[in-house]
Amino acid sequence: MVSLAEDVAIVAFEQTPSHAHFNDSEPAMIMPCVNSVIEQVGIDRHDIDFTIAGSCDYLSGMPFAFVMNIDAVGAWPPVYESHVEMDGAWALFEGFVRLQSGDIDTVLVSGSGKCSPGSYREAFSLQTDPYVHAPIGLDPRTQAGFQAQALIAAGKATERDFAEVVSRSHGNAKNNPYAQLSGDLSVDELLAEPYVQQPLRRLDCPPTSDGAAAMIIARADKARELCDSPVWIRAIDHRIDSHHPTLRDLTDSSSVRIAAERVGLHDGPVDIAELTVTYSPEEIILQDALGLNGGTTVNPSGGPLTGSPFMAVGLTRVIELARAIRNGDGRRGVAHASSGPALQQNLLCVLEGES
Amino acid sequence: MAPRPCAVLGIGQTKYKRRRDDLTLDGLVREAVLRALEDAGAAFDDIDAIVIGKAPDALEGVMMPLLSLADALGAVGKPIHRVHTAGSVGASTAISAVNLVESGMYDTVLTVAYEKQSEGNATWALSGGKSGGQGAGGTFAPWIRNYIARSKAPEHIGWMVAVKDRLNALKNEYAHLHLPDISIEKVRESPMLWDPLHFLESCPSSDGAAAMVLGNDDVAKKSGRPPAWVISHAKRTEFGQFPGRDTVRPQAGVECSEALYRKAGITNPREQIDCAELYVPFSWYEPMWLEGHLIAEEGEGWKMTDSGDTELGGSFPVNMSGGVLSSNPIGASGMIRCLEAASQVRGTAGEYQVPGAKISIGHAYGGAAQYYAMWMVSSELNPEL
Repeated sequence: MVSLAEDVAIVAFEQTPSHAHFNDSEPAMIMPCVNSVIEQVGIDRHDIDFTIAGSCDYLSGMPFAFVMNIDAVGAWPPVYESHVEMDGAWALFEGFVRLQSGDIDTVLVSGSGKCSPGSYREAFSLQTDPYVHAPIGLDPRTQAGFQAQALIAAGKATERDFAEVVSRSHGNAKNNPYAQLSGDLSVDELLAEPYVQQPLRRLDCPPTSDGAAAMIIARADKARELCDSPVWIRAIDHRIDSHHPTLRDLTDSSSVRIAAERVGLHDGPVDIAELTVTYSPEEIILQDALGLNGGTTVNPSGGPLTGSPFMAVGLTRVIELARAIRNGDGRRGVAHASSGPALQQNLLCVLEGES
Repeated sequence: MAPRPCAVLGIGQTKYKRRRDDLTLDGLVREAVLRALEDAGAAFDDIDAIVIGKAPDALEGVMMPLLSLADALGAVGKPIHRVHTAGSVGASTAISAVNLVESGMYDTVLTVAYEKQSEGNATWALSGGKSGGQGAGGTFAPWIRNYIARSKAPEHIGWMVAVKDRLNALKNEYAHLHLPDISIEKVRESPMLWDPLHFLESCPSSDGAAAMVLGNDDVAKKSGRPPAWVISHAKRTEFGQFPGRDTVRPQAGVECSEALYRKAGITNPREQIDCAELYVPFSWYEPMWLEGHLIAEEGEGWKMTDSGDTELGGSFPVNMSGGVLSSNPIGASGMIRCLEAASQVRGTAGEYQVPGAKISIGHAYGGAAQYYAMWMVSSELNPEL
């Protein structure tokens, strides 16, 4: 495990509900989150030392779309600010790294995405290799289908296992006011549904969602000053796998295994795991690669199958975990974010409550 | 804890060209990365993390290209993340990579930035994806006119910058434009694009990539390569438009340089800094940034250009490499400024070396002149000022 120069905690967090279609602009989703986290810690916006956001131009359908989003964080007088063209979880990574230098105290992190105006399957197909894969429209759902089929072929999972993930996720989401989908769905009911991408059925795939999330993280002394119940970020790491499906074992995730080792995942109990399960078979791969056993509650929020605002969804996993720890549902857990087709890139963040 | 010292230990650039159709995107970034690794005496195995940057994905039509470039960048099994801060991105990316080293979490970091503009339509993308857009020149020209009105600068200043940077580029094998017969007359007679900017006062549209290997003090010691210590860095952002905004000398630019100088203990940038690589995509931005970044007093920047101070051999050389006016792979342009500044203090700038350069700055700006990223490098970790 990497030794850290500074202890860092989450002192405030907020998320929007996962909207099937948000009828206003992306900044209008982000701003209430930003205002809320600033209000929670009772500081002035300009007391924030560094601001970093994650979003994606292609989902907004406009080059430089992220520039509009600074309206939501406030940039006058000028601010020390940056942006990653990734899920907000990677903005959290950079914010966390920045605090390790020890010369600043607070970072405002956000993530946002509004993909309802377009087709995210078409947009995400442009993530693939532009010379071989993108021209044939190799979209993420197709690759998730390959992954699911590979799991079945390897005898690692069945369609019933996928349906069980969906059933449990939707059931858990009944308690999550931010979820877009929830309900009691039996495994047999789910298995009676037609395929949309064999062996995947509609609810093995995420809904189209718009949403945003924000948090403030701080170095230890500042964190205790700002907040009575800081949630500590004990470690964060992310790794990427080969882009080419044929160069990987699609039924496993070596990047998750490396990251789990680097964050010292099993150096303590893992009470809760909030995982970016965008397609139901991914949960089976992630549980295995993370080495989770029956002692871990997985996706008590319902996870992305019940609301998947891309670019906010990974950061939202961190928030859901922080909330669960704050509520006393567990003391230590892991949040996971993912990027790219078929779980190509993965981030793990270990959170712990006050001892 | 204090930030861990960070040095540039290797630099790599591609040849910049209108069209690098000899290479895929993978090949383009790899050309720069392999040169940076070679320069650092390092291999992919030595790299702990990678930070990549470029301008909007729509410039090439590849969404989140770090995913498809992971294999070419030797990133498999490692952390890689992608920065996007408009035109300032190349410098922002370099600074994010510095943050990784300064954090103490990563010893050796590879950073790379690129653009392959020939694969898309840059003016379309720079107009926010709308057809019939004004592009960057159309945005900046009114502010340049405002600068001229405020400073009472004579019109030949822009032409001088255009000539100077192209003459400097003749000494740089990687530069896109090599125009040996450039002259004030040729610039003046070239077509008017956006008054007062003539064709030859505008940057080209280039394909290219730039990369650096950064390491902490232990890595620097072991490498035996000449280090360029990153002694200060700063970023600032402001809104692109609001009533009363000073678009000629934006406050974010002023505050970015103030933060940069404060951290390094610089009190007189003109005297204490030896040379600068400033992001000058249109000729007039040289005097505008000399003033906007506090190197010259307000209204005095153009006089530095006019008197030859900013030429190679002048008292404050600017854009020794030929600058953005000679090569502009947009997303990489800011990183090129940073690595050229580093090259100067490492003493590896060859024909365009400023003799004895000890402290230099790299700079980039973006959006509606609203994003700023700057770094200061020195041949010494604690230079005497």
